[in-house]
Amino acid sequence: MIQGKAIKFGRNVDTDQIIGAHHLSRPSIRDMAPFTFENTPRFVEHFAEGDIIVAEDNFGCGSSREQAPAVLKLRGIGAIVARSFARIFFRNAINLGIPLIECPEADKIDHLEMLEIDDDRIRCLKTGKGYDIIPLPLFIRSILVDGGIIAHLQRKETDTQRDVNLSRR
Amino acid sequence: MNVIEKILAAHSTETVVRPGQIIDVKPDYVMANDATACLAIDVFAGRLNAETVFDPESVILVMDHYTPSSSVNAADTHNKMRAFARKQGLKNVYDGMGICHQLMIEYHVEPGQLIVGADSHTCSYGALGALATGMGSTDVAVAWKEGKIWIKVPEAIRIDVMGAWPAGVCAKDLILKIIGDLTAQGATYKALCFGGAAIGALPVSERITLCNMVIEAGAKFGYIAPDEKTDIHLKAAGRTSYASFTDDSDAVYEQVLTYDVSRLAPQIAFPHSVDNVYEIERFEGMAIDECFLGACTNGRYEDLAIAASILNGRKIADTLRFLVTPASRDIYLRAAQSGIIATLVESGAMVNAPGCSACFGGTGGILGRNEKLLSTANRNFRGRVGSPDSEIYLASPAVVAASALNGTITDPRRISR
Ligand code: SF4
Repeated sequence: MIQGKAIKFGRNVDTDQIIGAHHLSRPSIRDMAPFTFENTPRFVEHFAEGDIIVAEDNFGCGSSREQAPAVLKLRGIGAIVARSFARIFFRNAINLGIPLIECPEADKIDHLEMLEIDDDRIRCLKTGKGYDIIPLPLFIRSILVDGGIIAHLQRKETDTQRDVNLSRR
Repeated sequence: MNVIEKILAAHSTETVVRPGQIIDVKPDYVMANDATACLAIDVFAGRLNAETVFDPESVILVMDHYTPSSSVNAADTHNKMRAFARKQGLKNVYDGMGICHQLMIEYHVEPGQLIVGADSHTCSYGALGALATGMGSTDVAVAWKEGKIWIKVPEAIRIDVMGAWPAGVCAKDLILKIIGDLTAQGATYKALCFGGAAIGALPVSERITLCNMVIEAGAKFGYIAPDEKTDIHLKAAGRTSYASFTDDSDAVYEQVLTYDVSRLAPQIAFPHSVDNVYEIERFEGMAIDECFLGACTNGRYEDLAIAASILNGRKIADTLRFLVTPASRDIYLRAAQSGIIATLVESGAMVNAPGCSACFGGTGGILGRNEKLLSTANRNFRGRVGSPDSEIYLASPAVVAASALNGTITDPRRISR
């Protein structure tokens, strides 16, 4: 279960907006994070750790910069809900273990609404309204459950090692 | 299988693959540049706890986004890349030689290869019949370590292009038109395969422009089947043999779209989204502050030559700046030797060292508040080249050169050459 307030965006939010080009040469994600969505007042003014980005179509389009999901993660984003995600952002965010939620009715959610998200539904706490979510493919979910691609690969390695050990016994 | 599925299958352990299937593939090259490599190096040495790359020959590093180094941070970034390259014994490291995608095409890409790069415009290499796509730094670090990466087999859309190209209209206008029609997400996760007589008529340089911009419609791959023009390009680069792949007779495409270029007009993408495309007529006469000719989209010799043919013996308007950045050192040299650079400089252009330049906002050409940039690059996102209150308009090299001449957006078909 994920809880947080909605920070609302429209369609085609590109990764240049999330973190500008001139920040990418800073030495670490920690140095970049304060500039997350720096030209988007509704984020700068309202975002608090655990909040949920809610957007319309094609969230994260444009540049492949992984710094974009990485600064969101460091800032403590609770989840990203969108009508749809751009491909590279989708992959990068899942790799980092950020919960991505595809919801065809994401546009109906209001800015600053308190949300509660479980496996198959988003609920607005004030109005009680609920919205269905499209479940992630199993393979993607297994990466997310492990906490990202690196943890996933490490678990697979350990599993294989354990199988080898078992077969040796 | 279609050609996309066949190339993917050839890089995996599967004999047959189908759209939607997730497979492990072994890429021929894994590229990263100075905007993405440092994060990949951190992940590689840090969370992945890796010592050595799987295959040093396949790892390619390029310094282009912040080159020549534009800040202390950029210089430190470059030194971190150089140190990694030394430690790993990498040979394919390009330092100030131009834009990563142009260099990949000049030195490495062959038809039938599978290439991943930590840059979204990696899809450009489809122009030579390779499958190439952008990924993030973690994926690239994983590929460096493991020599393989997971990929979802995409559905493919075929785009058949017919008709004779009118004067003053080029591949940039076609791809802008297609993105406007498909929208910025219309091809998400798909492969876009271009074919037909009008594609056959395009020089390789313009085919690269087409495939470069498929990502702006969300696509994973662009693809153009290799032909004699591809072979001539490859031969000139010293690459002669390659694996060839074609559609099977039962090849499936999710959709087939057709375009006729014979009545296509120059197109412009309006701020702040690449699918916000209109015919030039609507904006003719609008004043601009800066023109940029360059980027992996349109910084090739042929693009510079078009601009030079329009500006030959004339001066640009004194109300704007005109930046020209050749996409690679080789292009720069050829344009210098043929007199194109002299023509552009005499017309009033500022010519920069090869690199991403004013496409990225990492080096020169940054825009101030309320300024308007007309650019041959591929993205017009808010604030990409400086102030969030600036505006970026995208167009072809001919439109940019004609507009530099007048100081306002100008249809190149109206300029006598
Ligand atoms: S020229 Fe522009 S689009 Fe091309 S790689 Fe550089 S920054 Fe990216």
